[in-house]
Amino acid sequence: MKRLLNLINTPWRLANFSCWLPLVLIIFDLVFNNLGANPIQALHIRLGDWSLRFLWITLAITPIQTISGWRGMADYRQLFGLCSFGYASLHLLVYLWVDHAWAWRMIWDDIVESSYIWYGIACYLILLVLAISSPTYGKRKLGKNWKKVHRFIYPASVFGIIHYFWQLKGNLAEPLFYSLILALFFLFRILVWFKNKQLFYLMVPKGRS
Amino acid sequence: MLIKTQASLLECEITDPELFKQRRQIIKGLLAAGLIGKGIARAEANPNHLPGYKLAANNPVLTPTPSDIVKNYTNYYEFTFNKEDSTRLAQALPTDPWQVEISGEVENPIKLQLEDVLKQQSLQEYIYRFRCVEAWSMVVPWIGFPLAELLKLAKPLSSARFVQFTTVLNPKAMPNQLHSTMIDWPYREGLRIDEATHPLTILAVGMYGDSLPKQNGAPLRLVVPWKYGFKSIKAIVKIELVKKPPITSWNQYAPNEYGFYANVNPNVPHPRWSQASERLLGSSLFTSRRNTELFNGYGDQVASLYSDMDLRHFF
Repeated sequence: MKRLLNLINTPWRLANFSCWLPLVLIIFDLVFNNLGANPIQALHIRLGDWSLRFLWITLAITPIQTISGWRGMADYRQLFGLCSFGYASLHLLVYLWVDHAWAWRMIWDDIVESSYIWYGIACYLILLVLAISSPTYGKRKLGKNWKKVHRFIYPASVFGIIHYFWQLKGNLAEPLFYSLILALFFLFRILVWFKNKQLFYLMVPKGRS
Repeated sequence: MLIKTQASLLECEITDPELFKQRRQIIKGLLAAGLIGKGIARAEANPNHLPGYKLAANNPVLTPTPSDIVKNYTNYYEFTFNKEDSTRLAQALPTDPWQVEISGEVENPIKLQLEDVLKQQSLQEYIYRFRCVEAWSMVVPWIGFPLAELLKLAKPLSSARFVQFTTVLNPKAMPNQLHSTMIDWPYREGLRIDEATHPLTILAVGMYGDSLPKQNGAPLRLVVPWKYGFKSIKAIVKIELVKKPPITSWNQYAPNEYGFYANVNPNVPHPRWSQASERLLGSSLFTSRRNTELFNGYGDQVASLYSDMDLRHFF
């Protein structure tokens, strides 16, 4: 029986493990001085990358659930969402502490003049609200509105990808790849919306006469 | 190429074959020879220059960044968009033999073999701060000579008001020149004639007492210390003196983001990010960035070039 329970829990354990693994690898590279010529930037970028990746994984849960018919994936969605928030928080902490050593005047000037950071802040503030309202208590408190509030993950993802695009100088291949996947998520939401509105049938070709 | 050059230069003085194998030793010897030849023993203002070198005048006191960092953090879009992979990929570029052409508005258009250039010029060490438009900086002890000295050989006409530089076009070795859409290859850069002939503007052939690594722009690159790094074009094959402002690669790609002048200026932000501060590479974690200086700290020597210009407009 116990063995069976372990087996059931394996995907959940794997999911937890996958959330921690990138952080462990980053710390490993940091400790062994393996972050290249600009370790502060490498640290900063890698944490940001993983925040974005986990945000995308979070967004993928609902479509996967709908298409596959699996149930009970809400826990996974919460896990990956909180994980994305965690990496975003570390990304922010590295910016403030590791890169700027809390030099507030310099940080303020940097934020005011760097428009790409505004999108990062917008994304982070949404993730913060979502993370705070994520536990059962938050669900109870928000009641019916919880779903509406948590739909803000979509604007957050758009701000996140703009934040990525907007600080690059050359190669745009990677953010374009993320954008393409995001577009698929949006397409999925739009299709569901159409279906729910019963308008979906308008899109199905009528009559074969 | 440099090995050959140094060898031919040193043949008259040093014949120990062991030395020919040691590039570092040879270039040191070369510099020492230049020093002896000129008979100049000048008091060195900068305590950080490498021993045995003649340090060029007007170098502020700067501590060089560890060379491992400088050699493994380069933007070389002809090879890759990644700053670390360029170290390996750039090794594919053949740099020996190397020819430089000086043409355009000159009395005496010339094509020079790099080794002949090196024979004619006296090499010095220039410890400059190198500030990238991406808001990081490093301090590099370049070895080179003033661009003005090379231009003299071609005898520029009074109609020459700008200088255009062109990087080698070699799509076999530089994969992004084949299929990259970003920049209209080959890479081009330009300076106003007074900027080009300023004593701080150099052509570099070495760094850290050694020949220039390929990823750092071997065998011949421009270094303009008061401008953002992208102005300091690598692997130069052509230098043209022209009447009108030349097309420059980054300016052509995004004219609202990268100006022709590209002077380091903390008060003029890039449209998408601040230029007020920079990460000095090699500094440790949890240390603050440094405040970027106007003209990268070389204002007392170059500000007069722009005295009647609005630096926000001519960014």
